[in-house]
Amino acid sequence: MLQLEFANREENMWGKILRLSFSYVFLIILLAIIGTVTLYSAANGAWNPWALKHLARFGLAFVLMVGMALIDVRHYYRAAYAFYFVTLLLLLAVEVFGHIGMGAQRWINFGLFKLQPSELMKIGLVLFMARYFSAITMQGIHSVRGVIIPAIGALLPVGLIILEPDLGTALMLLITAGMMFWAVGVEWWKFALVIASGGAALPIIWSFLHEYQKNRVLTFLNPERDPLGTGYHIIQSKIAFGSGGLWGKGFLHGTQTHLNFLPEKHTDFIFTMFSEEFGLIGSLSLLFINILLLAIGYLFAFRARNYFAKLVIIGLNTNYFLYVFINTAMVMGVLPVVGVPLPLISYGGTVMFSIMASFGIILCMSNSSTKKLSFDD
Amino acid sequence: MSNQNEKDRVLNRRLMFIVLLNLLAFVVIAVRLYYLQIMEADKYRVMSEENRISTRFLVPPRGMIYDRNGEVLAKNNQDFQALLIAEQTNDISQTVETFQKLLPLSEEEDEKVAQSIKNRRRFIPIKLKSNLQWDEVSKIMLNAPDLPGIEINEGLNRFYPYADLYAHVLGYVGPVSDRDKKDSPLYLVPGFKIGKSGLEKAFDYKLQGQGGTVKLEVNAYGRVMKEIERDAGSEGQSIQISIDSRLQKAAYKAFGEHSGAAVVLDVHTGEILALVSTPSFDPNLFTNGISYKHWNELLNNERTPLINKAVSGQYSPGSTFKIVVALAALEAGVVDVDTHFNCLGGMDIGSNRFHCWKHVGHGPLNIIEALKYSCDIYFYEAAMRVGIDKIHDMALKLGMGQVLDVGLDNQKSGLIPSQEWKRKTKGTFWTKGDTANAGIGQGYVLATPLQLATMLARVVNGGYAIKPTFFKPSAGELRKIKRLDISRRHIEIVKQGMFDVVNAIDGTARKARFNLDGVKMGGKTGTTQVRRISMRERRTGIIREENLPWRLRNHALFVGFTPIEKPRYAVAVVVEHGSSGAAVAAPIASAILQEALRLDIK
Repeated sequence: MLQLEFANREENMWGKILRLSFSYVFLIILLAIIGTVTLYSAANGAWNPWALKHLARFGLAFVLMVGMALIDVRHYYRAAYAFYFVTLLLLLAVEVFGHIGMGAQRWINFGLFKLQPSELMKIGLVLFMARYFSAITMQGIHSVRGVIIPAIGALLPVGLIILEPDLGTALMLLITAGMMFWAVGVEWWKFALVIASGGAALPIIWSFLHEYQKNRVLTFLNPERDPLGTGYHIIQSKIAFGSGGLWGKGFLHGTQTHLNFLPEKHTDFIFTMFSEEFGLIGSLSLLFINILLLAIGYLFAFRARNYFAKLVIIGLNTNYFLYVFINTAMVMGVLPVVGVPLPLISYGGTVMFSIMASFGIILCMSNSSTKKLSFDD
Repeated sequence: MSNQNEKDRVLNRRLMFIVLLNLLAFVVIAVRLYYLQIMEADKYRVMSEENRISTRFLVPPRGMIYDRNGEVLAKNNQDFQALLIAEQTNDISQTVETFQKLLPLSEEEDEKVAQSIKNRRRFIPIKLKSNLQWDEVSKIMLNAPDLPGIEINEGLNRFYPYADLYAHVLGYVGPVSDRDKKDSPLYLVPGFKIGKSGLEKAFDYKLQGQGGTVKLEVNAYGRVMKEIERDAGSEGQSIQISIDSRLQKAAYKAFGEHSGAAVVLDVHTGEILALVSTPSFDPNLFTNGISYKHWNELLNNERTPLINKAVSGQYSPGSTFKIVVALAALEAGVVDVDTHFNCLGGMDIGSNRFHCWKHVGHGPLNIIEALKYSCDIYFYEAAMRVGIDKIHDMALKLGMGQVLDVGLDNQKSGLIPSQEWKRKTKGTFWTKGDTANAGIGQGYVLATPLQLATMLARVVNGGYAIKPTFFKPSAGELRKIKRLDISRRHIEIVKQGMFDVVNAIDGTARKARFNLDGVKMGGKTGTTQVRRISMRERRTGIIREENLPWRLRNHALFVGFTPIEKPRYAVAVVVEHGSSGAAVAAPIASAILQEALRLDIK
């Protein structure tokens, strides 16, 4: 009996792996390969220092993703609140003992690796809100009480992250939460009310912004304001895009990047570099791959059997969408430069692991056949 | 259960909206990509190239200038310059400040640099300091890490070994100024020099050569990554001029402290063998931009060192013009060798009394004697008989009254008056008095030393219309020289007169005579009034020259040639306020011609 059950579980695991969406995983691998190739070019045609490490990290993160995908949905449901609160505590800890990096406190140094709780919170908040909304009724959602608790749940981490200060992540978290509020059916006028009062509070928020953040916004509004300072990045980035033209300058031949006119070419501005070398054909293709990935994600949400899974997928997909949109928009001068990388392409461990974990969770949610989660245990 | 279905339904409906929102966002991204990479592509492609490519100009070495014997008159010396390339430094003022701590710039230099930084394009280097010594160069090299954008350039500097000797012939080069037309990008290169005057200016394009360019790929920090393209350009062409430096030196020295000009011509070819104007200046001062102090000194000097008196100075030719009048009269047939006029020291023409320089008069004399003594009365008479228009025609035939273009700036045409000229410019009729005045080279008549030398050369070479030139004419060009329609017999008569001026016992310029192995000089003196002598002064006694201030003294002239039989050299000497043609100008001319004979210039 025990033997049978074990065999059953074994078969179950392989069955689960085989039932993972191959097209979804394929697109993820494709993006990681594009990232590796671009980083190879960013180093003037060398595997070091970025491309090889990027590939290795992806390998590790891929294992993490599959692992996350195999965990039973019910475990996520059960652990949702606890995970959220632990992450919230970690965020608080960053405020108190945080490691100073890039002029902002974002990491906790564990010696072997640095943990960035704000990245964990992107998953934590989604799980928290998904569980909360799946547990209450439609009437509850429409009631004030039903909205207040998740709103506080979202604003607490957002506030802590603004204090770090990491405007980009805070904004992403806020929009993700907003999308989830929208998804569960919160009335439109409540949104209007919040947006209106937010607009009224804008001047107050402005006064709390750091000087460099104010500069970024002002430079965004007028890049020529400071052509040698902050605006330099955007001007050089636009030159790289434009000079790439339709077909691009060719792999390893992007002059803007290889002659160092483009800053941060391996992290935030990697899409610029890719577009310079591969032209509009390349940039639209990369954009299309991301659209496909997101589309499959939303399809998972439609098909998912239970409400919790649907909401988690919507939250995490929105998070990924925000990465792609904010990154591409900011390097083209559509949004201010807020320091958001392009997942799977940009070099950097934190985003790689957090985004792969979220892909794992999305796969897990899509793979779950459980209609009803065991809420009653 | 129905509640759960309701929740699912709302969720799916709202999800559609989220998907649409995402799509819309990506449409924005795609449109933006299209805009940047297609519609604005050309603009950004240019900007990308501007980022990437830095064009530097290669300055070709300027052509050399040699004298007729191959002596170097103008060459290029090595010169170390500190340049600032604005695009290679992030903080220009910081770089300049650091540089100033090592090698202070004068206020003037500092201002120039600030001006250049503002006006020039960022990739064009700006000259901070030139003529760097070795220790200064090494100081900059040592501190190179603190001086981004500073480059040491090994440039070439124009150098004139003979300094003031050739200032008026060669002119000088100088930095391109705002007034110069900038038709070549070379003109924007710091330290690039263009001809500013003299032959340096006349043959500027030939001497400059073709500028080259080198296109370099540079990275964001200005480091040169590789050379993309190089156009080496071509060196400036060298020129050889007809002057003999030894004769030039002798002529310059002969003037001593006098100010004036001398021109020596080869009477058969028109080659200018020497051309001096004194006082002179050192053209090397101009190479790197002359200081205001020096410039003002030169500008305000009453002896006008900046003016080339040989071609720009216009003087009344005085008695030297009697050569022209004599020929005109002989050719017109109004006088001949046996025609005598009686000089009584003065004569009335119209309502005015005209004097001979010799108040007691010369008595009766013919044309040869009139030239020898430089009798004024004879030439008043001869001029009135032949008439101004024939004198005018003869003078023009002999090269006066026109610009004899030898390539120098500001060449003057002098003035040979005629009846028509006076009617047109003065609106009055020509009078007999005007003719008489012109007959002794006074009144309206004006000539440059170059014209006087040409006039004499055309006479003594037997009437060939040589043109003065700085370049050896080819055999073909020599064959093309026209013979003027002047009788050889008449020329011999005038030459006889000029021989007597110097060599006869009672010739006016006897003191200047020489006899080098039987070779002698002929010539004609001239002394011209600068001031008007009033009737009162004439009555009370004319003030002696040496008691007059310098600028009121008479100009002294002499035109001479040698040898007598087969003339080779003609010289014209003008000594400004030299008082006496015979006593001051003739000895100078004599010294120059003797040197020419000794050198036996080929």
